[in-house]
Amino acid sequence: MNAVIAFFVVLALVVVAWLGVGTADLRFLFGVILPYAGLGLFVVGIVYRILHWAASPVPFRIPTSCGQQKSLPWIKSAKLDNPHSFLGTVGRMALEVLCFRSLMRNTSSELREGPKIGYGPNLWLWVAGLAFHWSFLVILIRHFRYFTEPVPAVIAIVGELDGFFQVGLPILYLTDIFVVGALTYLFLRRVFIPQMRTISLVADYLALFLLLGITTTGVLLRYFTKTDIVAVKELAMGLMSFNPVIPDGIGVMFFIHLFLVSCLLAYFPISKLMHMGGVFLSPTRNLANNNRVRRHINPWNPKVKLHTYEEYEDEFRDVMKEAGLPLEKE
Amino acid sequence: MADKVIPPEELAKVDYNPGSRDWMDPTVEFRRGIYNYGAVPASTAYLGQPFSKKWQPIDDDWQLPDNWEEIIRNGFKERLDKYRSLKVFMDICVRCGACADKCHFYIGSGDPKNMPVLRAELMRSIYRNDFTTVGKIFGKLAGGRKLTKDVIKEWFSYFYQCTECRRCSVFCPYGIDTAEITMMGRELLNLLGLDIDWISTPAANCFRTGNHLGIQPHGFKDSVDFAVDDLEEIVGVRVDAPVNKKGAEILFVVPSADYFGDPHYFGFLGYMSLFHEIGLDYTFSTFASEGGNFGLFHSSDMMKRLNSKIYMEAKRLGVKWIIGAECGHMWRVLHQYMDTMNGPADFLEAPVSPITGTRFENASSTKMVHIAEFTADLIKHKKIKLDKSRNDNVRATFHDSCNPARAMGLLDEPRYVMNAVCNNFFEMPDNTIREQTFCCGSGSGVGTDENFEMRMRGGLPRANAVKYVQEKHDVNMLACICAIDKATLPPLLEYWVPGVEVCALHELVGNALVMKDEKKRTTDLRQEPLPGMEVTEDE
Repeated sequence: MNAVIAFFVVLALVVVAWLGVGTADLRFLFGVILPYAGLGLFVVGIVYRILHWAASPVPFRIPTSCGQQKSLPWIKSAKLDNPHSFLGTVGRMALEVLCFRSLMRNTSSELREGPKIGYGPNLWLWVAGLAFHWSFLVILIRHFRYFTEPVPAVIAIVGELDGFFQVGLPILYLTDIFVVGALTYLFLRRVFIPQMRTISLVADYLALFLLLGITTTGVLLRYFTKTDIVAVKELAMGLMSFNPVIPDGIGVMFFIHLFLVSCLLAYFPISKLMHMGGVFLSPTRNLANNNRVRRHINPWNPKVKLHTYEEYEDEFRDVMKEAGLPLEKE
Repeated sequence: MADKVIPPEELAKVDYNPGSRDWMDPTVEFRRGIYNYGAVPASTAYLGQPFSKKWQPIDDDWQLPDNWEEIIRNGFKERLDKYRSLKVFMDICVRCGACADKCHFYIGSGDPKNMPVLRAELMRSIYRNDFTTVGKIFGKLAGGRKLTKDVIKEWFSYFYQCTECRRCSVFCPYGIDTAEITMMGRELLNLLGLDIDWISTPAANCFRTGNHLGIQPHGFKDSVDFAVDDLEEIVGVRVDAPVNKKGAEILFVVPSADYFGDPHYFGFLGYMSLFHEIGLDYTFSTFASEGGNFGLFHSSDMMKRLNSKIYMEAKRLGVKWIIGAECGHMWRVLHQYMDTMNGPADFLEAPVSPITGTRFENASSTKMVHIAEFTADLIKHKKIKLDKSRNDNVRATFHDSCNPARAMGLLDEPRYVMNAVCNNFFEMPDNTIREQTFCCGSGSGVGTDENFEMRMRGGLPRANAVKYVQEKHDVNMLACICAIDKATLPPLLEYWVPGVEVCALHELVGNALVMKDEKKRTTDLRQEPLPGMEVTEDE
């Protein structure tokens, strides 16, 4: 049900852009105003969210240690999975953000007759996650060829590597296949794995459908309903230079693509997609396990009612004396 | 317990099909065996807790204060402002499901709300509804739901079906730690006077007498004296065990079960014989007669209150540094919270082993060293003589307790000791040890008799891994370094893996330790005959 709702929401967005440009010809709205609005909300929203999170302090140092601690000099410590230094923590975060280290540990468990519980590696989520995120990044970088003139060499090289296997014309980008494949897998597991179906909210499907909408319209634009690339670049450069123009010859499909991107940008800061920023702020990952070496300060360390030794001795003085225990006051 | 115990083969039939019911519907069931009793008013009142009352979870009316919604909202807001962890963890979960089958309660119960992700969603749904704009506008569509009395009951049920073991957080791509969420959830429940007795009563005892069991100073002294007598009978050496001795070099803090519980006590004998043998200048304290901290399961304020006595006593007694005994949650508090809460311990010195000269650099600020670190160092420097063969009747495996494993990384020190003191040591499967270790199912205050069924369910993955080594290697002993483990693993193993006993790491050390002037050992520390060393007729 949640999937159906999300599907119709994204479908409605497609229809809005279709009618908006195709019928009402609101090209300036969909080509200029909404992209600016989306980008504005994206930037302001992300900054706001990060500052909002950062406004709450980290009262305790609570890393989840995933390997041997640094203790005695002759015991080898897990420098990345249980870092004790700043550098190690940077390494742990890099592994987490770039390689999805924690997800790489994923196992599945199975309860069999006996009872016997078996555990095995379960890497599909990790693979699909990596494939999606990295492909999306490469696609994003590739798109910078529309926003730059001359196109920096780096961006051109990324595009060439991506199109390494020259299949047909235009060159087929590997990332296009990966991104659609990974998103499809991530969607299907939510639908077919009963536990995943139970936990999935409308928002989970919404993000997937938005991304699928963007990537499919992108693929359609590139390989099927060709659009005037030169005109698109003119539009993009206009947006970049704050001197927007709407050139002729851009098809409706492009505006649908752009509108979905605008929606994604606007939606990003208020959605779970903020995990992109949040992962950097997670105190179980971004702190070194050096608790016994460096005191961590809690800015609101509260005054609490304590029970002092004096009060304790006052209550138990007689029995302590009888037991021959030393006393502060006889 | 008078209740009929469900046979293991019945309990092992776990249905993982989540069914079609919407989890947002907060219906919960309190039936015997899967919940903990409410706190007695005497304990909550002693601790100064709000809305102290006589109350049980099976009651229809939970006697919530009139403004309970306001209390929860304000309490929630306050914690969002105080803890970045809570704020970030409320926002960034993508529900990828990686945590789902990592929870021992989920594996053992199949209840979808025991998937860590849903346990957190129980709280996130309220957060979205009350604290986010999208949630306020779109309500259920945005994953929000209304705070109702049934939601409070559901929180109570599932935040006490979590042992704060942090296994899920190992697998979460963002490190979302359900323990943080459970801790906040329990704090909010406490604000309404919904405490459980197995947390509040030990906490009240601890605040008053210095230990969870409520043992008064003379009782503590008696226990230590009794242990000295026992040890003399077994090893033939009368050890010195000072209590409240001013000017000792080291304060030694143990969990109270060590001197009152079985099999903890045999580990206690182990520590005492070890310290005597190396001539350590140490003292026990009757006031700091508990290293464990049930405040951790209650609220951060309570944790601080119960923990404060350790540094206070170290200061009063004028020791140089502190050694802490085997205990899991105790070490979470000592390692991750104590210095922040009750430090700085600038009146102490950075720990240096008086026997080996090793500086414990890793404890230079807290000045508190884990006994396994201390003993491993002694063994490495060959400062003690060990006769491994005295543990030849033992075929041991080692259980990593959750907190030393996932909140410290104390993994290889105990293993080094294990290998030094016994000949037959076998590891459980990889996915069940070290940072992936499985909880005993009874941690964080839920280890009660009335909660027996849920404990057996939660302990199934741990027990099952023990069963694996029992079948493969004839393992008959599970060594561990946690007081709750030692209390709750014996019934768990009896239920799922009969024939495997539980012992302290330092029980094995004590057995193997060759002491000067000792008599010929005929029994182990349990006073059970040692095979091949029995007193023979013709001797």
